[in-house]
Amino acid sequence: MISIKNLHASIGDKEILRGINLEVKAGEVHAIMGPNGSGKSTLSSVLAGREDYDVTEGEVTFNGKDLLELSAEDRAREGLFLAFQYPVEIPGVSNINFLRTALNEIRAYHGQEEMPAKDFLALVKDKSKLVELDSKLASRSVNEGFSGGEKKRNEIFQMAMLQPKLAILDETDSGLDIDALRIVATGVNKLKSKENATIVITHYQRLLDYIVPDFVHILYKGRIVKSGGKELALELEAKGYDEIKKEFEIAD
Amino acid sequence: MSLVAENKSAVTQNLLEQLQKNSSKIAFMPDTEIVSAIRILEDKGIPNNKHEDYKYCNIEAVLRKEFKTVEQSFNELTNADIAPLKIEEAINLVVVNGNYNEALSEKMIVKGLTVKSLNELSSSEKGLLSSQAKSDTDALIALNTAFTGNGLFLQVDKNNIIPMPLHVIYVNSGNSSNVTNTRNFVNIQASAEVTLIESFYNIGTAKVFSNFVSEKFVGENAKLTCYTFQNEGALSYSVNTNQVKISKYSNYTNNTFTLSGELVRNNHNVVLADSNCEAHLNGLFISNGTQSVDNHTLIDHQMPHCESNELYKGIAKDKSVGTFNGKIFVRKDAQKTNAYQSSKNILMSDDATINTKPQLEIYADDVKCSHGTSTGKIDTEALFYLKARGIGDESARKLLLQAFAQELIDKIEIPSLQERVLHLFEKAL
Ligand SMILES: Nc1ncnc2c1ncn2[C@@H]1O[C@H](COP(=O)(O)OP(=O)(O)OP(=O)(O)O)[C@@H](O)[C@H]1O
Ligand SMILES: [Mg+2]
Repeated sequence: MISIKNLHASIGDKEILRGINLEVKAGEVHAIMGPNGSGKSTLSSVLAGREDYDVTEGEVTFNGKDLLELSAEDRAREGLFLAFQYPVEIPGVSNINFLRTALNEIRAYHGQEEMPAKDFLALVKDKSKLVELDSKLASRSVNEGFSGGEKKRNEIFQMAMLQPKLAILDETDSGLDIDALRIVATGVNKLKSKENATIVITHYQRLLDYIVPDFVHILYKGRIVKSGGKELALELEAKGYDEIKKEFEIAD
Repeated sequence: MSLVAENKSAVTQNLLEQLQKNSSKIAFMPDTEIVSAIRILEDKGIPNNKHEDYKYCNIEAVLRKEFKTVEQSFNELTNADIAPLKIEEAINLVVVNGNYNEALSEKMIVKGLTVKSLNELSSSEKGLLSSQAKSDTDALIALNTAFTGNGLFLQVDKNNIIPMPLHVIYVNSGNSSNVTNTRNFVNIQASAEVTLIESFYNIGTAKVFSNFVSEKFVGENAKLTCYTFQNEGALSYSVNTNQVKISKYSNYTNNTFTLSGELVRNNHNVVLADSNCEAHLNGLFISNGTQSVDNHTLIDHQMPHCESNELYKGIAKDKSVGTFNGKIFVRKDAQKTNAYQSSKNILMSDDATINTKPQLEIYADDVKCSHGTSTGKIDTEALFYLKARGIGDESARKLLLQAFAQELIDKIEIPSLQERVLHLFEKAL
């Protein structure tokens, strides 16, 4: 699905990603954990094609294509989806209009015709049910005035609508109450299949109780310093990052 | 005498000579008014960028460069020329090169509505002319007064509500560089109501300097809702002055949409002359190429318990220049005034310019006034968010710009006008 090799990225002259290696195959769920500021969101932004960052070294292949060569929109059209840690409010653009445009541009990219309005609305209805998103939110401006939890649910709703191959969920659990967490996690699980993959970025085991990862990686100071199975997350939850920090301080 | 003459602007003198050569006597405007207008014009001169109010809008330079010779050779127009400019929901009235054209206008007898040319004014009605727009306040009003065409007089009699909008199509058309001085008077008597659309076009093959003056009076408890639709094209340089006075309990709204025109200067001056009235001025422009769009508003709160609202938005592309200058006076008797003003602009290129200047002069102590201006580039966070969902760069930008303009386009309550604005706006994006 995606293969990241020795990825370095910086902003200005500050290097944030310092040699990331990660391999995700179809059907897998990977969790990325790590202390604040370690570079988790930077990694997702670089993968999604945010232009603020300079990739200085390394390569990323996404389903056989050189991901770094593609524009942000083409990455999305190829099936990459980023659920933002901080979803952006866009006053004046309705959620529905936004999603219809997105869906149809993705379809056009694959040589498909526009989705008929009737089918589109049925899909909206179906998918908003999946994340129990209030149907009124669909007609409002994108994320404008949404509560923190509603914004996160809206991200997963969009993911459900666009059916990506690889979804990167950047702290989708933060700001969710317990019920919402369960709803969102159930939604994500329902969208999982043998053909797609998920990367969940989180600080908490709570989410991983629902979305059980096949692999857990610890990102620290721009590098994946440790990888393991789902037990690694439990270990972290118990011990915190102290040991890791001590161990890798020297390597800084 | 010769000493004084030397100080006078050569551009103004040249324009006066050119126009005097070609103009005929204006029957409805008192001679004294014309004589004094010419004197004021000579005195003040056509404004240039040294003039405080025309700092970003050098009319003198335009006249020097583009209107050295003014031939005043105009085209006759036919129904076929006008048909595409009409608005189906409205009564369409046509003013060609400054003169009301009855033959091209739709005839409809509506109770309480008077439509006639300025030439047909009764002697008491003539007294209204220049009661609002005074030559000594602006050289361009003086120019209009001295050479005014046979424009329109619109009146809605007391207590009448006109059930459909009136649409005045101002169209210029010529084959050589022309100057038009279009004028109208809109008189809305007490407790009357009407919606007025004013559209501006140039369908000729030559450059035109269009100097428009509209005097509007809104009587007690009356309501006047106006739309100004400007789509004059690249050959057009225009100054559009609205001098409005509104009375007790009245409501005046203007929504201005500027979609083309090489130079568009709007002077929108509203006097809130009595208590408990409200004025709403809104505007949207999109400019490209070397266009310049300059909105000047003046809200004069003279009496207590009145409200004014202004919302102006602009999108400047290429090397275009957008200007918003909003002056609000709150006189000492105007206690309990609410006055709000907002100007928001988006720069689409590094070569585009936006100038904004809010000016509040408040002489009363118990008032609520606020103003805000913002000028920025397109929101890159929002742009990335849209692209990250598969929306291409161009459509993402369009979505954001449409969203920016939407609240103004939503103010249009006449469907085919809204469609027209939206279509041209999208085309200009
Ligand atoms: N646009 C930027 N300009 C300057 N510094 C940045 C920028 N983006 C990220 N950084 C820096 O890069 C580092 C990594 O940030 P990032 O957001 O990737 O961390 P994170 O692992 O997602 O943290 P958190 O757990 O708090 O979300 C931080 O030190 C941050 O301040
Ligand atoms: Mg983060």
